[in-house]
Amino acid sequence: MNNLIEAVNLECDPADLVQADRVHTSLYTDPKLFDAEMEKIFYSTWVWVAHVSEIPDAGSYKSTFIGKQPVIVVRDRKKAVHVLLNRCRHRGATVCEHKKGKTNSFVCPYHGWGYALDGSLRGIPHPDSYGDCLDKSELPLVSLRVEEYAGMLFATFKDDIEPLVDFLGPAKKWMDLFMKQGAGYGIKVPGEHRFRFPGNWKIQLENTTDAYHFPLVHKSFLHSVDQQTMDMLDFVGGSGYVEDLGNGHSVMVMIPDLVDLEANLDAPIPTRFEELAQELRDEGIEDMQVRRIVRAVGGSGFNLNLFPNVACSMAFFRVLQPISVNETEIHHSVITMDGGPAAANRYRLRLHEHFQGPMGFGTPDDSEAWERVQKGASAGEDLWIMLNRGLPGEKPSEDGLVSDVSAETGMRAAYQQWKKMMSV
Amino acid sequence: MNLQVLQEVTAFIWQEGDMLDHGEYDAWLALWAEKGTYIIPIDPNEEDFDNTLNYAYDDAHMRQKRVQRLIGGESISTSPRPRTVRTLSRFRVLADDGSRVTVRCAQNLREFRKDVLKHYSADIVYDLVRSEGGFSIERKLVRLINSDDALAGIGYIL
Repeated sequence: MNNLIEAVNLECDPADLVQADRVHTSLYTDPKLFDAEMEKIFYSTWVWVAHVSEIPDAGSYKSTFIGKQPVIVVRDRKKAVHVLLNRCRHRGATVCEHKKGKTNSFVCPYHGWGYALDGSLRGIPHPDSYGDCLDKSELPLVSLRVEEYAGMLFATFKDDIEPLVDFLGPAKKWMDLFMKQGAGYGIKVPGEHRFRFPGNWKIQLENTTDAYHFPLVHKSFLHSVDQQTMDMLDFVGGSGYVEDLGNGHSVMVMIPDLVDLEANLDAPIPTRFEELAQELRDEGIEDMQVRRIVRAVGGSGFNLNLFPNVACSMAFFRVLQPISVNETEIHHSVITMDGGPAAANRYRLRLHEHFQGPMGFGTPDDSEAWERVQKGASAGEDLWIMLNRGLPGEKPSEDGLVSDVSAETGMRAAYQQWKKMMSV
Repeated sequence: MNLQVLQEVTAFIWQEGDMLDHGEYDAWLALWAEKGTYIIPIDPNEEDFDNTLNYAYDDAHMRQKRVQRLIGGESISTSPRPRTVRTLSRFRVLADDGSRVTVRCAQNLREFRKDVLKHYSADIVYDLVRSEGGFSIERKLVRLINSDDALAGIGYIL
């Protein structure tokens, strides 16, 4: 009987809305498509939930969302990671309202049902009234499948989809490269900027591999940095590239010299890092390690977009959380070197504050542009969003397709995956 | 309670707020001590601002850059410029050693830009050092009451 009403009743075939070089405007504006995306994308594939450093110890947890569903990411007493639906099995209340913390158990505030860190139902107050009609083993917090690669934790509602490493495919080597900004100390996520913008989540998804907007939207940022940084960020028209890595993933290499942060360690230290380098030398850190740290301190020279909700973006993780068809929450998680020198980590924190967040010199301008896209997309409902930039120069590569740095290849990759998943 | 000190710091802070609401940024920049810091933390309980992530952590150089960004006309999020009116009240002198005064007060700020009216409430703690003819700001710490929520772009100085 539950199946009589279809949850999502689309009026058109989503496959007709995505062409090789364009997508239909309704992808930004149709609430029914949004509902279908939750079901067919966010509840059907691997979705990023946390970096391992966010839950370092037994009992450490964070709460987050997969699509619209609240979940808890938690490490149990044996250090295994669980992703649990944040919903009591009795009458549905959330069992955790904190964004992060450390606990021994999750206790529902309504009637006191208590759950262990692995989600198993442990205690029920006044159980007598249930007689023998309740079996605790049948009512744990719902536990999702969770897998990890390079310290990044992903979860899925589906037990039958491919393993995470197969889903990531060629993106894995870029994740490995990205983690080199730990400079041998490892990566830590000690905080994040969270903000919302009134626009569809895919507008932000596109932006991660959009070099084209950078010199225009971020002009005020570019004029706030030193000449060396400004020259480095003048990458449109440079030798970088965008590559489609399959399964909706893509990478945009803006600064080819900074793809491998452990290469060229003998090169002269750029002037802008000289003061930091001296501070590190004064702390007694040996020369090669100083070079490794300062080369890593500004982040990697590429943005890796992992479909559907996370990016390894130069020096931070960008996480997107769809709220509704025209509202999206973004988290920009800062990265530091775990146990690395405080001076280098302060440098990273200040760099992050300079560009990211609601008071950064970059993010608010991106946010304004995305808001304008959503507003403009309410006009001309039969029109299309053009994604044909860089198409003539696009060539097959070892991992997929490659074109110039400001090509819309990454967006085309994401929308082909969208089409594939939405057509099932 | 030393009402004269209270009145002096209140007059100074009201003047600072008025400068920000009316875009008198050169005068505002001149209010600061050389090593002064303007800080907007994320975690309401955080005290170690150096080693944690903030919304803003500005020294003199960054304050100058922030002002330039607001008035430079190159940023689409600040053109048109947001209009703000801030109300500062509930002043309390927390410490006064004769050369440095620490004051806490409440700020309610209304922002209007394009077709949206927004509201930000904050506790502000000022460290003011006595200087010739008044005070210089050594630290301005703005603790938004919703600092750990998801915010929208803030294209002005809180």
